[in-house]
Parts: sequence; structure tokens; C-alpha cells
Amino acid sequence: MNRPGDLAHHTLSVLVENKAGVLARVADLFARRGYNIVSLAVAPTDDVAFSRITIVVDVESAPLEQIVKQLFKLINIVEIQELSAFDAVERELMIATIEAPTETRTQIVELVNIFEGKILAVGPAAITVSLDGAPSKIDDFETLLRDYGIRDLQRTGRIALPKMDRSVPVLRAVGDS
Amino acid sequence: MTGATAPDSATTSETTTSDRVNGGEALIRSLEMEDVEIVFGYPGGAILPVYDPILDAGLRHVLVRHEQGAGHMAEGYAHATGKPGVCMVTSGPAATNVVTPLADAMLDSVPMVCITGQVALPAIGTDAFQECDTTGITRSVTKHNFLVTRAEDIPRTIREAFHIATTGRPGPVLVDIPKNIVDANNPDAYFEWEWPEDLDLPGYNPNLTPADVDINAAVDLIMAAERPVLYVGGGVLKARGAQALLELAEMTDIPVVTTLMARGAFPDKHELCLGMPGMHGNYTAVTAIQRSDLLIAMGSRFDDRVTGKVGAFAPDAKVVHFDIDPAEHGKVRKPDVSVVGDCRISMELLNEELRQRGLPAANPDRSPWRQQVSGWQEKFPLTYEQSQDGELLKPQYVIERLRDLSPSDTIVCSGVGQHQMFASQYWEFNHPYTWINSGGLGTMGFSIPAAIGAKAGMPDRMVWAIDGDGCFQMTAQELVTAAVEKIPVKIALLNNSYLGMVRQWQSLFYEERLSEVHLGYDVPNYVMWAESMGCVAFRVEDVDEVDAVIAKANEINDRPVVIEFRCHADENVYPMVPAGGSNDDVIVDPSQTPLLEAERAAAAIAAAEGETA
Repeated sequence: MNRPGDLAHHTLSVLVENKAGVLARVADLFARRGYNIVSLAVAPTDDVAFSRITIVVDVESAPLEQIVKQLFKLINIVEIQELSAFDAVERELMIATIEAPTETRTQIVELVNIFEGKILAVGPAAITVSLDGAPSKIDDFETLLRDYGIRDLQRTGRIALPKMDRSVPVLRAVGDS
Repeated sequence: MTGATAPDSATTSETTTSDRVNGGEALIRSLEMEDVEIVFGYPGGAILPVYDPILDAGLRHVLVRHEQGAGHMAEGYAHATGKPGVCMVTSGPAATNVVTPLADAMLDSVPMVCITGQVALPAIGTDAFQECDTTGITRSVTKHNFLVTRAEDIPRTIREAFHIATTGRPGPVLVDIPKNIVDANNPDAYFEWEWPEDLDLPGYNPNLTPADVDINAAVDLIMAAERPVLYVGGGVLKARGAQALLELAEMTDIPVVTTLMARGAFPDKHELCLGMPGMHGNYTAVTAIQRSDLLIAMGSRFDDRVTGKVGAFAPDAKVVHFDIDPAEHGKVRKPDVSVVGDCRISMELLNEELRQRGLPAANPDRSPWRQQVSGWQEKFPLTYEQSQDGELLKPQYVIERLRDLSPSDTIVCSGVGQHQMFASQYWEFNHPYTWINSGGLGTMGFSIPAAIGAKAGMPDRMVWAIDGDGCFQMTAQELVTAAVEKIPVKIALLNNSYLGMVRQWQSLFYEERLSEVHLGYDVPNYVMWAESMGCVAFRVEDVDEVDAVIAKANEINDRPVVIEFRCHADENVYPMVPAGGSNDDVIVDPSQTPLLEAERAAAAIAAAEGETA
């Protein structure tokens, strides 16, 4: 199974105009050129005129360079950043409902605590948990949960931003006055 | 509804400078602002409100007989004039009928704006009468498309559509306009006219001027090359770069091949011109590429019909790729130097840099390469055998006679198939924008409407459509348009009673098992059909009649003319590189295969000697 953390995957952070049909244009391009999308997350940015689409692409289906160039031909795409795990901060959210009869429930709770996740709901034989973090951490958590029986699971797909340049002090203005 | 009294209140409360328009008027006015002289179109339900202001507009509307014809006419117009072609049709089936021309324009990078009517906004998504998801359907066959939702957005959208269609790598743009926003009876469809000064396209900024460093790197490779070839594609024509190309080729003494989309970009009669490469290219053009050590790809895209088997294409060549579309660089063949920019600007900068380096005086001596190339030209010219007495005509002969009896700047359009290849091979193109065909999509039926569009845009030029009998039957009804609208195109119908190219493939690759390719000579009766559509029509079956009838046709300038040339069905297009094969395996003519083998053996021996030396 393809996971967002696999090496053959690459993350593209795509700034688009926030207009009707833009997501369809992006999805359509991937479909018609035979590129594979591993995950996709879309939401408006702080400027309502733009949205950011974070796409994890399968670079084995096509060279990344071609994918980026073809994407950039879409008129509504304003900017594309290629983000590697080394120069980006990446997060993903997962929620899952796990089989949790009384005999294993404490073990699951313990796992959730170790991973610093949250318990969202508790039922007689199952609990719903959430975890946000780096995609690899979510992968590990999901693997461990699998032994207990996963009833439902949903991941958001990855969102990412470039890391800030460490050599530039971010809060330089503080001492100026 | 607050806008219910808008038209009235506008006249009473606004000052006299008020310029209130409804969406339909705004659309036509926007087209006028874009200097549109001709719209090829067909009215219908959803676009009806726009057809009312057309009556008072300063532009010509050509009423076609099928929406596909409108699209191809817009393409033909754009090819011939360099200006964007415009077509306008209604929603639903009309919109789906223009999908083919849009796809055609997309693959051949033709600047075109297509306006489609759409059902009223509140009806969208309800499976209304003549509703289809036009922007969804055309997304992958347009450079961009728009669904306009407010009347006041029409001027800006039209302006953006023309900008996108004509800049960067040109292409078709579709604007879908719901009926209610152009409806003169809808108070909300009125607004204060304003032509936008600025465009709102933050994601669209084509790079026209290449980087100096890339031009320098290209010049380095050109100076070092011993066997260079200029592999010229349609991008040179789109960039209006024929003059810069001539200068480049002459200064560097580099032979030029012109692809199917670039015929005419470099004069065929020029001693450096090798003609068309590719599957049905001539031996010299194909082989010069194969043996070259530097391929200067100028506005060409390494199409499979040119490269054959990609791994075996120009195996020893370094590649400098000039193209305005960054995505073409490295799509098929990884270039050694990649120059992103407009071809004309790029070549002008290239020529300037070459002069800086002392050219033409300092040009490397390339006479051995030139001699090798002319050797191939002498040994492997295009050939065919003239028909014997009593035999039907050879299509190649008909095209040669058309060529010699028509003005040299005649615009030639073709459909798709054998006749298209014969036309490209046997016509002599000495002027840019004289060859119009469907190269990428291979759209049968392209030639008649494209010729009409070309003639409408260039009324003073002679326009010949060279067509096949299969193609003719797909779009012939547009000759009615030509007759009624007084657009006197000329059609040379090469009737060989077969779908010739399919037949050729079945003959060569399916053991002559001819399947569903026979159309017949006599039904329809092409002469009667053409006459019934308002054309002058002739039928020619004998070699001796060819010249006289062509001369007669060339004198007619008030009506469309159709000449049916009864052609030999057995004629195949050669040279030919079998699909998926290496260009080294080009078959010039079945009889010449041994010669080719000898040539190849000699080349192999020479190469082996070169290695040991």
C-alpha cells in the first residue's frame, strides 16, 4: 500500500486562485496525463483570493519535472513549491475508530497517550481517537492500532509549508524600540 | 429583487454620460474591442440574446451549416491571418460539436476563442434542455475556459480569453455564457460599460525572452557542431519567426527540415531546405536528422510522427530545444541546452550572438556535411510513376499540376490521410502561412471549413483545399456556407474511392485484408452534389484534361469550385517509416530497399573504420 511517507513520493505545495473549478482542473490534469495522486488537501489561504493545494504525488508514475511543468500551464495556478521532507514542515491529521473491548481498552489509551493523541469518543466496544503530526508518526500509530482492529479510519492527507530559514532571526523587531 | 427597475432608473437617475449595456451588447462590444472582424457561428436557444445585438454590430457573422465547421473555419482564419479565430455557438449539442475543433486547435496551438451559450444560471445542474457541462467537457481540449456568472464580468473575461489565446503558446479558449446574463429582458443583466485596463491573471505570465546564458550555451553547441540540422516546427510560424529563421540558417549554413506544422516556414526552393521529416518525410530530411550531431529543435515538440521510435531518434545528436512552452522541454527528449522563450525573439538573440562571435565569416566549414546531404537528395528524391494510358490519375501528379498552375502564394489546406501527405510532399511551399492542415489531432474533414476560414480572412489570395473522398463527405456541407457567403474557395477532391491511408496500412500491415475502407467512386455523385451546393464542379479522369480544368477553376472567383480528380486507388505514400519503427528503417520505395541497405552497410563500414582510425 502506498503511504504518504514513502520515498517515491514528493510533496507539491500549489498556490491557486480561489475560483470555481480549479480543483477539478488539477485533478483532471493528473488523470489525463496518467500521474498518480497519493493525497490531496485543499483550503483557502489567509488571503481569500487564493487557496493552497498540497499534493503528494507518486513520482514513479511520471518525472516530477514534467508534473510540475504541466501543472504550471494551468492558468489558475500561481505558484508551485516542491517540498522535500528536509526543508518543509509537514502535518497530517488522522481520526480512527478502534475496536476496544474492556480487555484491550487500556492498552489503546496507553498508545494514544504515548503518541500524544486524543480520545474523541468512547463507546461500549470501541473508541474514536485522533492524532496529528508528521506523516511518518501517523504511519507508525496506524500500524500499531491495526492489531486491535480498525473499524474506520480517515486521514486528511498531508499539508506542508517550507521551513523558515534558520539564519534569519524571525523576531528581529522585538528589541528595536 | 433590487435590480428590477435597473434599466429605467439608469436612464432617469444617471447622467448623460451613462453607458449602460446588457450582457449581450457587452459581449459583442467586447469582440469589437478585440478587433474581431469575423465570427463563424450558428445560433440557437441559449445564445439567442447575443444574436440580436449582432444585427447592429460592426463585425461580419458567417452562418455555418454545422458547428464543427464554425470551429475549423475559426482555425483556418487564425492559421492564415495570425489573428485569433472566433466562433460562437449555442449550448448542449452545439457545444459538443465544437469539441473536435477545440481539440484540434489545442494540439496545433491555434489561437481561437469559442463562445458558447449556456442555459440560465438557475437551470445549470438541473439537466435542462440543451444543457451540458461545457466547461467540464472542454477542460482538457482548451488552453483555458471560463464560465461567466455575472454580466459585468463579460468584458474582462473576453479580454482575458483573447489574451490567453494569443500569447505564450497559443491555443483555444472557451467562454461559456449563461443565457440569463445576456438576456435584454433581465434587469440584472445590465451594467455600466467598462473596458478593463488590467488583466487579473496572477498565474499566467509566459516567458518570451530567453536567458542570455542559454543563448550562449546554444551558440557554443552550434559553433562546435559538424553535422547540425535545424528541426523547425510550428512554433516558428506562431512566433512570426520565418525571417529570423532564414537569417539563422543562411548565416550558419545549417540545413533545415520543416515539420508538417512548419511547411512554408522556410522556403522549399532554398538550397538549405530538406523538406519534411517524419513518418512520410523524405529520405534526406529523415536521414539528416538521424546522422546529425546537433539537432536544433526550433518550436518543434518531438512528435511521435517525427521521431518514430524515440530511443533510435537522432542517436548521436546533442539537442538544443527552443520552445515557449517549458513543459515541452524534456517531455520526449532531454535537451542538452534548453531555451525557453518565443522562437522569433530567441532566434533574433541567437543571430545577434552569432554575429558577435564573428559570423558569418567565422562560421565553421560544414561543406562535408552539406555534400553528404546533397548526395542523399540526388540519390533519393521523391518519386512516383506517372499513370499509363487509360489509367486513372496519380494524386501526386494532380498536386504537382495544381502547384505549377496556381500562384506561388496560394494558401493550401488539406484534410487528413494520403492526400495530406502527398500535398505536403509535392507542393512547394515558399511562403509562410500558405499551408493549413490538422497535424496533431488528424481531424478528417478539416480542409473545407479551414479553407473557408482562410479565404474569409485573406480574400485576395487563392485558396485551394486538397481533400480526399473520405474527408470530403465529413464536412462538404460547408460548401453551402461558402456559396451563400460568397467565399470562393477551390476544392481539389482526390477521389480514389477508398479511405486511402487506412487501406495503405491494411495493405502493408494486415496482409492486404481490406476492412471497411471502400467508399466507391460513383456514390455520391460529387459533381452533382457540389453543384447542388452552389459550386461550379468538374470531374477529371484523364491526364490530358488536368491542366485545362485547373486553369478554368483558377479563373473562377465568384463561387466555390470543386474538381473531382478520379485517382488511382493503389497509390501508397512513400517514403514511410513503419509506426513505432526507427527512422533508420525508412522505406523510400519498395523497389529501393536494396539501395538503402547498401547505403547503410557503407555507413556501418565507415563508422567502424572511423572508430579504429
